[in-house]
Amino acid sequence: MRTTTITARRGTLAAALALTLAATACTGAGEVAEQDGPDLSVSTGVTDDAVVIGTHQPLTGPAAAGYASISRGTAAVFDHINEQGGIHGRQIDYRVEDDGYDPARTIDVTRKLVIEDEIFAMLGGLGTPTHGGVVDYLNEEGVPDVFPASGALAWNNTEEHPLTYGWQVDYTKEAKIQGEYITENFPDQAVGYLYQNDDVGENSQEGLDQYLTDEVVAREHYESEAPDLSSQMAEFKRSEAEVIVCSCIPAFVALGMLEAASIDYQPQWVVSSIGGDTATLQGLLAQFTKDTDAEGVPADAFLDGLIITGYMPRVEDPDDEWAAFFADIYEEYGEGDTLTNTHLYGMTQAVMFAQVLMSAGPDLTRQALIDALEAQEWQGPGAVPFSSSDGDHGGHQGAYVVQYNEGGETEMIQGARVTDRDGGLIEESDYEPLSPEELVFHD
Amino acid sequence: MSTSATEREQRAPVSGPASTARSPRERWRALPSPLRHLLLAALALVVVTGLLLVTGDLTALRFAAVGYTMLSIAGLQLLVGGSGQVSLGHGAFMMIGAYTMALLVGNLPMLPLSANLVLVVVVATVAGVLVGAATARLHGPYLAGATLILAVGLPGLTHRYHEFLGGSNGLTVRTAGAPPFLQGLLSASEWKALVVWTTVVIGLAVLATVSTGRLGRRMRAIRDDETAAAMSGIPVGATKVVAFVIASAAGGLAGGLQVYVLGTATPSIFTLALSLTLLAALVLGGIGSMWGALWAALAVVYLEIWLSDAVRAFSLSRDVENNLPIVLFGVLLILVLRFQPLGFHGILQRLGARLRSGRH
Repeated sequence: MRTTTITARRGTLAAALALTLAATACTGAGEVAEQDGPDLSVSTGVTDDAVVIGTHQPLTGPAAAGYASISRGTAAVFDHINEQGGIHGRQIDYRVEDDGYDPARTIDVTRKLVIEDEIFAMLGGLGTPTHGGVVDYLNEEGVPDVFPASGALAWNNTEEHPLTYGWQVDYTKEAKIQGEYITENFPDQAVGYLYQNDDVGENSQEGLDQYLTDEVVAREHYESEAPDLSSQMAEFKRSEAEVIVCSCIPAFVALGMLEAASIDYQPQWVVSSIGGDTATLQGLLAQFTKDTDAEGVPADAFLDGLIITGYMPRVEDPDDEWAAFFADIYEEYGEGDTLTNTHLYGMTQAVMFAQVLMSAGPDLTRQALIDALEAQEWQGPGAVPFSSSDGDHGGHQGAYVVQYNEGGETEMIQGARVTDRDGGLIEESDYEPLSPEELVFHD
Repeated sequence: MSTSATEREQRAPVSGPASTARSPRERWRALPSPLRHLLLAALALVVVTGLLLVTGDLTALRFAAVGYTMLSIAGLQLLVGGSGQVSLGHGAFMMIGAYTMALLVGNLPMLPLSANLVLVVVVATVAGVLVGAATARLHGPYLAGATLILAVGLPGLTHRYHEFLGGSNGLTVRTAGAPPFLQGLLSASEWKALVVWTTVVIGLAVLATVSTGRLGRRMRAIRDDETAAAMSGIPVGATKVVAFVIASAAGGLAGGLQVYVLGTATPSIFTLALSLTLLAALVLGGIGSMWGALWAALAVVYLEIWLSDAVRAFSLSRDVENNLPIVLFGVLLILVLRFQPLGFHGILQRLGARLRSGRH
């Protein structure tokens, strides 16, 4: 008798549960209805004397050590611009929210920026997993999503994300240029790939494999959570790779170099722009060698001869006008830390964004910003051509190649070349960026 | 952590209005327990809906976060507070639910949400049975250790099956917002918050029914003295496994809801830190009662935001600013454990008891 009532109760409960759930959702959970585009003729976040710009950055957590300086660089440039009178009389109000590189927090802080702070645009939201969670939201809300700080191919998709404009040269383009450089300058040498096991590694190999085939003797990956490269370096040494292409973040470049030195293995390193900030590498090498046998060995001993691809001004280049200009600005408006290429990343973005705002004119709406982005052929401060129109929101179009020499200077060994992400040719470019004096990016 | 305290708390929300007249209260108690909990669930849903209508889009997202976190912690409460088994791997079950949901929405977009949620619960239950059966003979620190492995190891699977689970960038999906006839009334976030809370209150009603029923009594008997429970004819092993499975299902469902709201599942969300935070928050909120889960969820979602805002107001150096909220949370936890082992809910209970005795 008692069992029957319990069963009956459970039955009622289950029925109630099923009914409510059925009522809450009858259509497919993943079938998102097509909506009309958002209204862009609005001036959200814009007043007569200010414009609010937001971003999400890892100021805390595991990624903070590498990337917190990007937004410090951006803020310094905006301070300089504001001091000069702003842009069309408007001061830039730059709001940085910390997401700790946690995608769940990125979503929360992005909503906060859009809803509470009412930002005009998102500038340089950092990280592939983090920004990937908010790119749909920003596009649905009609918030221009300008220059996300990541090289994922996903940003350049004008069909799905018409308001997203990429920044970084995508990993495949950069890898194609690396592949071509290696075949031309290190012919018939054995090559090993060391890559991060996510879209960085995947897309980089797509590019490298277009130029390198039989030369590749080893492909080794790492997980960004596991800081150990001993087995990978041993494998490279065993397979006698003479050139190692490292599609890695700085920590793993430094780790790989130390590991190679410890097993007496001296390959030629070729590093992508994401891992090629030598000032950061010096810091990491000094930190990693502390309390080991290699303590006291200068970081430059590891870095000498390193080949790096890049697309922005570099702090190590004494002749670069933009680098000198940024060094002066950071001296005045920065937070007193050593200027690195990571700072320059944010500073280049700031100047680029400021010149877009400038050319959008005094009557600022989101549509005006988009029109300005689409309208121009940009000439700096990036060191390679930049694309933000005609269905190509790819950002920087190619890369140059430099070599680092002991003592702190880099030497340009191949000028800017551009290419596409597919099987297209790599072309030399006669592109010359405007100097800081010529480029108009504030009043 | 007594039995009577737990049971009394299940009725706490009605003791206010009903305490003046004796008979409605008795009539309420005479209702069958599933019905009672469903009525309470409906009441909670009305309250949440009301709050949603007067607040904005950002709050809707945070409300939804409180909802699924609460469901997850309530499952943990049943396991830890109810049956006395310590799990350090609760976040792993959230991850199982989250990835199941993301895969379902991504690969089978035509499936309705209700079916997805049912499937998520099924998958999490199966995972709970497998882990629970394997760990049924373990107790105390050994069980904690075994579940710890789960929390540490599971995120690694996403790298191993990079193609299928998306590696460290995880899976990103888009879920549908409000149905067409409600689109003018509710924003997508508000609708999602409502769906989350509807599921959560039903889940909580089920958990509360289990907790106050025969199964709950058996769990508490095992928690208090395993040998005595076995001597009284309680199937100790089976009951422990069932408790573990129920907690896993609640965690999995919570993870599925999280993906439904956030649209993204990455290994960096479901780290060991998440599992530890859930347990720490439960202790802070009150481990002896399911109400503790509510305070715990509020703490998880809001405490960090509030503490960061408060710390930022003092304009300290960045390193201090970044770490102070965690330090404060730790200090709070230590204080609560030292002075009020039943957590925030214990404080409320004692205040309530004092008020009631003052009136008589």
